[in-house]
Amino acid sequence: MLKTVEEIKAAIEAAIPGAGVEFVPNPGPAAEHSLLLRPESAVAVAKFLRDDAELAFDYLSNVTGVDWPDKEIVEKVKAMRITTKTVDGVEQQVEETVEETRKRIEPGCLEAVYHLYSVAKKHGPLVIRMRTENRTDRVTLPSLTPIWRGAEFQEREVFDLYGIVFAGHPDLRRILMWEEFKDHPMRKDFVEPDDYEYEPTAHDHVLKRAQAHPAAVVASGSQRWRDEGIR
Amino acid sequence: MSSGVQTKPEQLEGWNRPPVIAPEGEGELLEVAMGPHHPSTHGVFRMDVTLDGERVIGLKPVFGYLHRNHEKIAEQTSYLASMPYTDRLDYFCSLTNNWAYALAVEKLAGLDAPERAQYIRVILAELTRIQNHASAVGFLLQDMGASGTPLMYAFREREKILDLFEQLTGARMMCNFMRFGGCRVDATAGWLDGARKMVAGLPNFVDEFEALLSTNEILMARTQGVGVLKPDLAVNTGVSGPMLRASGVDYDLRKVDHYGIYDRFQFRVPLGEHGDIYDRYMVRVLEMRESIRILEQALKDVPAGPVMDPKAKSRGFRPKPGEAYGRIEAPKGELGFYLISDGTPNPYRYRVRPPSLINLTILEDMCLGHDVADVVLIFGSVDIVLGEVDR
Amino acid sequence: MDEHLKIELGKQGIVVTTLQELYNWGRRNSIWPMQFGLACCAIEMIATTMARFDMARFGAEVFRPSPRQADLMIISGTVTKKMAPQVVRLYNQMAEPRYVIAMGACAISGGPFKQGYNVLKGIDRYIPVDVHIPGCPPRPEALLEAFMALQKKIDAQPLTGAGRPRFLDSEARGEFPIPVPGEHDLEPASNRGVWPVEIETGTKGPRD
Repeated sequence: MLKTVEEIKAAIEAAIPGAGVEFVPNPGPAAEHSLLLRPESAVAVAKFLRDDAELAFDYLSNVTGVDWPDKEIVEKVKAMRITTKTVDGVEQQVEETVEETRKRIEPGCLEAVYHLYSVAKKHGPLVIRMRTENRTDRVTLPSLTPIWRGAEFQEREVFDLYGIVFAGHPDLRRILMWEEFKDHPMRKDFVEPDDYEYEPTAHDHVLKRAQAHPAAVVASGSQRWRDEGIR
Repeated sequence: MSSGVQTKPEQLEGWNRPPVIAPEGEGELLEVAMGPHHPSTHGVFRMDVTLDGERVIGLKPVFGYLHRNHEKIAEQTSYLASMPYTDRLDYFCSLTNNWAYALAVEKLAGLDAPERAQYIRVILAELTRIQNHASAVGFLLQDMGASGTPLMYAFREREKILDLFEQLTGARMMCNFMRFGGCRVDATAGWLDGARKMVAGLPNFVDEFEALLSTNEILMARTQGVGVLKPDLAVNTGVSGPMLRASGVDYDLRKVDHYGIYDRFQFRVPLGEHGDIYDRYMVRVLEMRESIRILEQALKDVPAGPVMDPKAKSRGFRPKPGEAYGRIEAPKGELGFYLISDGTPNPYRYRVRPPSLINLTILEDMCLGHDVADVVLIFGSVDIVLGEVDR
Repeated sequence: MDEHLKIELGKQGIVVTTLQELYNWGRRNSIWPMQFGLACCAIEMIATTMARFDMARFGAEVFRPSPRQADLMIISGTVTKKMAPQVVRLYNQMAEPRYVIAMGACAISGGPFKQGYNVLKGIDRYIPVDVHIPGCPPRPEALLEAFMALQKKIDAQPLTGAGRPRFLDSEARGEFPIPVPGEHDLEPASNRGVWPVEIETGTKGPRD
């Protein structure tokens, strides 16, 4: 019988001191909780998960990326402030509660999620995840392809679509997009090319946009080559 | 026939690939791009093959020629609106794709399908498996040079199954039938009778197919001992489905995950012994027979009742924040959907775990050392569909 | 020539025809398609060639793997931006007379995948298309209908004059420019010779 995620976490920490595994709860009905690994110790933990006789997670099913963009959080904070007030002609320092609107940017990250199963013991899944430091320049995570080769193409895909660089991957190239392509299209802030024809629809805002769109003249244009014939 | 050079499992650490052996004596290496337009690549797939004479010493698959941005589109639309797109992943098996997605969302939202819907799902999934395996074998034989004939037999049977799909769902290929918590419409008594009649004729078809092929000398000569895949390597590379079982690994999600109502049916899991192309062929044929057994049992007593979970709602469907990974045993292997919900009508993350792509991880190792003509067969025996590889 | 006279002569065993009729009769009954499947529609294309729908009735069952031996290209499925250069290149390699059937919604306009960043929104942005068949995927019957439409089109082609086919026109252009994959999109985004509308390359603001 498979241990709970907490027990697996304890087993990892007992085997690899200082692994720094974090428990990430899943609030949904599926309740597939996950473990957040530190990039420094991830390969050692993964090797332990694969080779431990009881856990035996020998089958890496799924690897994927998730983009968590920087979030701007607007919150109202009650702050104590000392102001000088003149009360009855005497200057006094008074403490006052003031409501302030503060904006802070919660830094985002890119996340790689791995789903592990055991073919030998027929249990699973165990979800492990790793997070990059930010979304721009510090996006390197250790590759788990040397542990499970099933990750080879999937990590390449995450590199292609999300831009996570997997250190130690034997062949990290773009897999789905062409080599010259510059962007990482699955990121939430990717701006898609706006080059398709809009259908006339019942939704006013779509229709308005369709009429303003350069492709709207296509209906008259595409007739042209038929009339003239292509010479 | 030379045996393939393979990475031994103990060599996997640190990625020790078999070394590229320089050509002996005269001559130089030849690099051939097979695809993206090539009759044997089952679509728009490319293999950059390095050849020493006829012998393959390197093979790099190139993907993405059918990358249709399924995941990105799904993240911009509601949960239900992605259902028709799942039809177009593995376009041979739209109904199992539907089921995998429905299963993942049901897991995410805590829904369950009623009895009758479960039966209909099993019936449709097994019919899908039969027509997929028949076509896969047909295409494999086509690659072998049996131009047309086995494929004609397979498609003759496939058309009968597609007629059933069309009667029930309204479409031959893109069925878009399952919903979160059930099925879209109920099967009539007439449809079930038609299905029983059709299934009664299937054993004859498999017998005929086997009489033509299983002991065929050419098939045996070209497939036995070619493209061998060892079981530990298969598990390590994430191979699933008939290909994994042909290597002798007993791992069928219908038995392991107990999803749906597969626990109620008697069926065996066919396993291969050698892990070569012939075993993959044989496992598929035997799986067809087991699917017929499941169908006979499932069609015997389909309970009456609703086909939709009354809790399920099609409008304003917003699962609670959380994530879920649902997987089923699709005809090609383990098809999984990983969903993250943030409480909005659209999934925050929508990921398809494509068995076709991951089964190709090991393609190079299986092909090394073989002739270039065998590459076509080894590739054909993996049974992929490009819509699922590139998504 | 008078139709009745022609029939009367035919009864006597004398066949009278024009060069144009004979020529087009031969061409329309032996359209060899290229064995070229792109996506889902390719399966319906294969189904069309199989026993039930039997495309051989139209003289078109001879699928040729090489573009040099094919007369007809069936764009059977989604053309992605990564694949589009190859499709145009294959079209360039086909010998005249050559025809194109855009099979299914994706080949016509991108279909259900038209919002995709890697999906070409219709192959007629790069090459001329003779017959469009809607459907996702079109049924085999629809493909047969497209064949018949193409046969009618071939039958009506005069050998001389303004409407003559490209291969009888010394000034016609045979090569179509092949797009190059760029940093964000294909360059150019369309062939202005066949698709006269300029499409902005690169990216514009986010969609609403």
